[in-house]
Amino acid sequence: MNAPALSRRSLLLQGGALVVGFSMAGRNALAQTFAPVATDGFTKAVAPDQVDSFLALGADGRATIFSGKVDLGTGIETAMAQIAAEELDLPLDRVAVVQGDTALTPDQGPTYGSLSIQKGGVEIRHAAATARARLVQRASERLGVPVDALETRDGAVRPKAGGPGLAYAELVTDGRLDLKVDPAVNTKDPARFALVGKSVARIDIPQKVMGRFTYMQDVRVPGMVHARVVRPPAIGASLESVDEGSVAGIPGVLKVVRQGNFLAVVAEKEWAAVKAAGQLGATWSKWEGLPEQDKLWQHVRATKVTKDDLTSSTGDAEAALGRAARTLEASYDFAIHTHGSIGPSCAVAELKDGLLTCWTASQMTHALRKQLAAMTGLAPEAVRCIYVEGSGCYGRNGHEDAAGDAALLARAVGRPVRVQWSRADEHGWDPKGPPTLIDLKAGLDADGNVAAWSSQFHVPEGAAGNVPLVAADLAGLPHETAMAPGNVIQNSALPYAFPNVRTVCHRLASTPFRPSWIRTPGRMQNTYANEAFLDECAAAAGADPLEYRLRALKDPRGIAVLERVAEIAGWQARPSPAADMSGDVLRGRGLSYVKYELNRTYVAGVAEVEVDRRTGRIRVPRFFVAQDCGQIINPDGVRNQLDGNVIQTVSRVLMEEVTFDRGGVTSLDWASYPIITFPDVPEVVTALIDRPTEKPWGAGEPSAAIVPAAISNAIFDATGARLRSVPFTPAKVKAALRAT
Amino acid sequence: MAQQMSLDVNGRAARVSVDDPDTPLLYVLRDDLGLHGPRFGCGLGQCGSCTVHVDGQAVRSCITPVSGLKPGAKIVTLEGLGTPEMPHPVQAAFIAEQAAQCGYCINGMIMQSAALLNETPKPDEAAIRQALAQNLCRCGTHLRIVRAVQRAAGTL
Repeated sequence: MNAPALSRRSLLLQGGALVVGFSMAGRNALAQTFAPVATDGFTKAVAPDQVDSFLALGADGRATIFSGKVDLGTGIETAMAQIAAEELDLPLDRVAVVQGDTALTPDQGPTYGSLSIQKGGVEIRHAAATARARLVQRASERLGVPVDALETRDGAVRPKAGGPGLAYAELVTDGRLDLKVDPAVNTKDPARFALVGKSVARIDIPQKVMGRFTYMQDVRVPGMVHARVVRPPAIGASLESVDEGSVAGIPGVLKVVRQGNFLAVVAEKEWAAVKAAGQLGATWSKWEGLPEQDKLWQHVRATKVTKDDLTSSTGDAEAALGRAARTLEASYDFAIHTHGSIGPSCAVAELKDGLLTCWTASQMTHALRKQLAAMTGLAPEAVRCIYVEGSGCYGRNGHEDAAGDAALLARAVGRPVRVQWSRADEHGWDPKGPPTLIDLKAGLDADGNVAAWSSQFHVPEGAAGNVPLVAADLAGLPHETAMAPGNVIQNSALPYAFPNVRTVCHRLASTPFRPSWIRTPGRMQNTYANEAFLDECAAAAGADPLEYRLRALKDPRGIAVLERVAEIAGWQARPSPAADMSGDVLRGRGLSYVKYELNRTYVAGVAEVEVDRRTGRIRVPRFFVAQDCGQIINPDGVRNQLDGNVIQTVSRVLMEEVTFDRGGVTSLDWASYPIITFPDVPEVVTALIDRPTEKPWGAGEPSAAIVPAAISNAIFDATGARLRSVPFTPAKVKAALRAT
Repeated sequence: MAQQMSLDVNGRAARVSVDDPDTPLLYVLRDDLGLHGPRFGCGLGQCGSCTVHVDGQAVRSCITPVSGLKPGAKIVTLEGLGTPEMPHPVQAAFIAEQAAQCGYCINGMIMQSAALLNETPKPDEAAIRQALAQNLCRCGTHLRIVRAVQRAAGTL
């Protein structure tokens, strides 16, 4: 029953033709060989301008798509197959997808920012359409039939008038098309779509449900050993001494690996590594470099600002504030969050003959390859990262760090090493969503309209780059030093047409924990402050929150999602708070809206809340969401993402907060960092506005952006108390109720 | 001193050798027997992703020492609950409802739900939510999971 590494993605050269072979039985297993197709003069193309980089047409009538974007549990493997099958006029079951293998797939950028379909899918669509056009041209020459008189259907080019056609395999004699992708190629008319826009069952689900799926955590390589890392008890502590004798009595322990402050134990069997990691004696220096948690916001406010990003400026906000009939001012904050993947990070690495192979659940294998090369001193060409889906990551969690650990350890022990992080490793050492503080001012004119808006966002400097690897940092190996919190300034500017606006992001030189992006980075925190503060303005103006937004919104697609969500939520026009505040359990509704990054997906949401004024406990029984992400590829997949965004963000807003002492994270398990559970999960009611003739936009993140403000606004509607500090814990709710 | 043990896993006798009688069942199933159904999530019995059936009861294999199993205990994992040709009704329902995102927690959701339906064939929605209250999902697939269990129970 011991399952060895299976070979699925082996690329075989048969009779001079490139055949991409895969076995459905071994789906999602591993390639065994390092050099994929370096025999017989063929190397698998990976350049992003080549059609062959994206697809291969097999002699068996199947197509294999090579995607640099990877499925993180969001269903894009299936969506990519739909896009390619549609463009190639192939049945869906004759398309397979290889993802994120640096030797086989083009670098389409990291899988983040809700760009997999919008960027990665469109690139695959263009490659497939270019391939199709060439196949039709070749068939035209072979059949003596004009291109216009041919059609593609079921994997073959056929004369429209009938008669024999040519299968794609017959038109691809050398296995390759050797053709540049034409980004201006004519793609299929959406009116003729048979697969795109249809709810298609996900390719991966049956195997996941039957226990046949190979996750990263299941990868086993011949000769492999198991490792556990032993992290410093405080983030910046130095390793002073290690007592190797403390684990000598555990059978199967092979080695204690120490390099600088990097410490790990390696054993033949996994449980021995777990035991040894817990038992290993080590002394560390004292380190107390973190701020006190209860002074976090003073710390953020006192952090050095390295630059200001002016993200929007219209009119003269300061002057307009000075002459406003009424001004409002508020500060909002949003706690430090962890990704909270259910499966802690894991990776396997093997260093053999100077070549490093790393099996990883990284969302950015091409970037990781360069990081591992820099860390180990190997040339990037000597490093191959092979994507294997892991537990959902929702951003840059610990997957890449586990890969760094494995690479270091593979070199240290000379055998393939599997590193499995513990729960405490994941909660303690994955990079964190940074604390965010936002100060806002608004001036209303005599009619209650926003005449002036001025906001300041306190967010770490840096963008979405490579997050430094923990192993490289601890071991003193080359690594990045810049912070990479994600594009956290996005959506600091507003989607509304106010006459005087100034939005500024103060970029901070540091933040307590190594930052990275967690689902909807910045866009969530910024939209939360903007949409909740706008609700404060609406309340001050005595206006209905929906009508108040529509006054200042000129974008018809934005108006459409707001009207749609109002319709499904049964929105009653009236100002907040609600008139009836009697009883112990108060009910309210709150609205929120986003145009993601002000240039793509539109989302509007309505939260319904119940506030128990005795306990301060918030429940969100129902959440309504309407989304326009342009052309929808798989509606059921999009709905699954909407559910996920809403439920995960309700959890983040009501419950989640990383706790820490002066040395490190103290919320190291699910008891100390609780997340939402079944009894509290809201019903999610969704409405999709499909626009088949528009560009496809992202759906993985945008709907999370609207959740925090919708809840804050609903609490205000129910109680007249304004919650401005995420998470909205019972203690904060009770304090806010006392203050009203 | 390595200890030889015989386990009944998915209806078959399996011989395993464990160095430490405290080895949790999860590691034996995954590392010695190569199973992929039960998953390591926390090692603390908090998340449920390691759930297996022992004599029909849902058990957290990450905190179950292999030496603590009763002789002859019948262990069933997700692989043994049903087969691709003959999926268990709960597995069929999860596929029909497309009730997974990353799917890492789904082992526990299915094993816990199958145990629930053994005891309570027609639970209402609140009972399903309560039965799964100690199973964590981070992707936010809860609603589909509840619907899948209702479908399996024939109450959808």
